[in-house]
Amino acid sequence: MNNIIRSVEEEYLKKDITEFGPGDTVKVHVKVVEGARERIQIFEGTVIRLRGTGLSRTFTVRRISFGVAVERTFPLHSPKIARVEVTRRGKVRRAKLYYLRGLTGKKARVKEKGRY
Amino acid sequence: MANNLKKAILGIKVGMTQIYTEEGKAIPVTVVEAGPCTVLQKKKVETDGYEAIQVGFYNLKENLANKPIKGHYKKANVKPLRYIREFRVNNVDDYEIGQEFNVGIFEEGDIIDVTGTSKGKGFAGSVKRHNFSRGLMGHGSRYHRGTGSLGAKGPARVFKGKKLPGRMGRERVTVQCLKVVKVYSDRNLILVKGAIPGPNKGLVIIRNSVKA
Repeated sequence: MNNIIRSVEEEYLKKDITEFGPGDTVKVHVKVVEGARERIQIFEGTVIRLRGTGLSRTFTVRRISFGVAVERTFPLHSPKIARVEVTRRGKVRRAKLYYLRGLTGKKARVKEKGRY
Repeated sequence: MANNLKKAILGIKVGMTQIYTEEGKAIPVTVVEAGPCTVLQKKKVETDGYEAIQVGFYNLKENLANKPIKGHYKKANVKPLRYIREFRVNNVDDYEIGQEFNVGIFEEGDIIDVTGTSKGKGFAGSVKRHNFSRGLMGHGSRYHRGTGSLGAKGPARVFKGKKLPGRMGRERVTVQCLKVVKVYSDRNLILVKGAIPGPNKGLVIIRNSVKA
């Protein structure tokens, strides 16, 4: 990426991002505006994709909510994302976990990463 | 002629990115490295028939400037620059020869027009060049991306201006009513909302909008 563009993006980049990868189970704290009030909503699920670089980096979280699969894509550096909490590290062998979409129940699980 | 050019500057398109507002909205922006521009010459009604300022922009290696060009810059007492353009601004008297101005003449929220040279597409067919409709690609169609009929049989000729395949792009394009998102005077950068014509590293002219 061009150095000038990087210097422009720098001031908008979040400095304190918790590291997480595909397969991890995360709690995304999203700021939601309701009328004049602002509150935090939590979206918990498995990270199935991280894409992009710099300010435009996004990640997609998949969860099963009341029997319906929901995928939400968040911009990693958006001010609307208050914070991302990692609850479980997953052991996966690929970067994009699209195969989870075709699986249900016990098969649609990700192994937890053991401690070495 | 009613001329409404209040301010203008030359710039180099750097590329696109996005930034976030405080509310968390992502805005697509084009980064332009604009200015500083130097006034080289002033055109006058008496001598040239019109009023304008001639400005130079972007540094140039010494050995790329030939003698006539060097002489022209010497008149304004500045180092040779890469690009020379004229702006027919209304307030020609506010500028002096040799004066430098930078992107600070624009500010956040300004509505601007951006002119550039669009990317060349080469010899393009009429589907791409003139947005003609395509035929079916299968089902025995045998008519895919062709131009179609060139006209009626009666005139026994093709009318001038008939849209046909040919060279596309690499022409002067102006995009009107773009918004200035941010100006960094110290770094000579300006962020424009949305896309602007031309490739990265292409020369663009930023002017106050004629419509706003």
